[in-house]
Amino acid sequence: MLTIMMGKTTAMKPLIQMILRRFGVALRDLLPIILVIVAFQMLVLRQPFPDVAGMVVGTLFVVIGLMFFVQGLEMGLFPIGEEMAYAFAQKGSLTWLLVFGFLLGFSTTVAEPALIAIVAKAADVVAEANYIPSDTASRAAYAMQMRLTVALSVGVAIVLGIFRILRGWPIQYLIIGGYAVVVAMTFVAPEAIVGIAFDSGGVTTSTVTVPLVTALGIGLASSIRGRDPLVDGFGMIALASLTPMIFVMILGILKFGLRFSGSG
Amino acid sequence: MIEGLSAALLATVRDVFAVSALLLGFQLFVLRRPIPHLRRLLVGLVFVVIGLAFFLMGLELALFPMGTHMATQLTSPEFEVGADTMPESPQWWLYGWVYLFAAIVGFSTTLAEPALIAVAFKANQASRGTIKPWGLRLVVAIGVGVGIALGTFRIVTGTSLVLYIAIGYLIVVVQTFFAPKSIIPLAYDSGGVTTSTVTVPLVTALGLGLSGAIPGRNPALDGFGLIAFASLFPMMTVMGYAQLAGWWARLRSRYVQEG
Repeated sequence: MLTIMMGKTTAMKPLIQMILRRFGVALRDLLPIILVIVAFQMLVLRQPFPDVAGMVVGTLFVVIGLMFFVQGLEMGLFPIGEEMAYAFAQKGSLTWLLVFGFLLGFSTTVAEPALIAIVAKAADVVAEANYIPSDTASRAAYAMQMRLTVALSVGVAIVLGIFRILRGWPIQYLIIGGYAVVVAMTFVAPEAIVGIAFDSGGVTTSTVTVPLVTALGIGLASSIRGRDPLVDGFGMIALASLTPMIFVMILGILKFGLRFSGSG
Repeated sequence: MIEGLSAALLATVRDVFAVSALLLGFQLFVLRRPIPHLRRLLVGLVFVVIGLAFFLMGLELALFPMGTHMATQLTSPEFEVGADTMPESPQWWLYGWVYLFAAIVGFSTTLAEPALIAVAFKANQASRGTIKPWGLRLVVAIGVGVGIALGTFRIVTGTSLVLYIAIGYLIVVVQTFFAPKSIIPLAYDSGGVTTSTVTVPLVTALGLGLSGAIPGRNPALDGFGLIAFASLFPMMTVMGYAQLAGWWARLRSRYVQEG
């Protein structure tokens, strides 16, 4: 509400105030990590940190980056996205709702900062272990494949989540069934992909995806009679943390082949 | 630096393009509504791109090196055993500081996690007040701390990730049958929500650094998996807490009734 009202005033002052507030929030997110690391360096390791200047600049970049990123999202994409999620959930055809849900999951995941960072790291690691060629192009391609795979899986998760809310399926059966698939697949998926596959589940649901997807779920649950938004509206994120594990392992099987030796 | 920034900017334009094109396209062509506050939206998009570029550069400059560096220092032979080299196959208890560091990082970042604060608030509503927001946050933070510490223990010992995750899932499944129904979707969601954009890179770097520094471990096989632990444990702790809180509330009301 506040953000919508702010749009009408063109004065710079509230914008600067908001940016400063964001700076505070971003700093607060980072503060526990910084405190723990500084405390360990000073009390336990008792060693100077190499390249303190670089660390300070980098930390500042992270704070500034998060501040602009979240502020930018809340200035435009979040209000529109949430409004649309509600609009599609309330009325309109099922087909459009599903198309919108799929694309929403897909595109928000592509823009998820933590995922961008992690797949790049994963590509470096598998390149160093000679699973893929170590030139920049192959690593970038591998990272992109993994990101698109995860994005696809989140899109599928949202579609599943929409069906779940419409039909009133209990979330636990989907999740328990999904876990069974995940565990079964780890026995055939190549070892080099299992770790990152498990991690990708937690990584995908972050800054961009959670608010928009939650809005879709709660909007949908509150538009259907006899559904409790609190019970039926949640669960989308859980599905979106589950499907990436399955899809990334499928990608691993397609890229590196099945694991035949049973040694774990 | 300038070159790096412009490359990062170009890459982020592409990353942000998909989500903006989707939302604007649907707004204009499917819902057939005008775009409200267009200028504001465009400024916002520029902010998103700049923010993402800075964030990713900052990760490379600070958070990734921090995680790797802590992993290297905490596993260095002179720090752990006071000798120049590590024993051929070091025992797991030599790495006590690693577990402690992992636990504290998991605990403190989770306690400050904004998404968890929101979940805790909603859980309080869903349970009609039996779940206290602060209690839940504390319990989840302890869960993530224990989870990440256990994850580093797994990297140190080189045991199979699947084993831990499968057992964890089994516990979650069993808990699901006993937990209050209204809390289950929230508990499941809390697993994905608690690992934030800042925590993920640091914890990943820690895992990769550990698996690179500990003799006999391979980053490609052992390095990942810490985030999986961090997303599994909140589910257990949220359901466990809901169970205990409900049980406690029933016990107290019975006590009050009996006078």
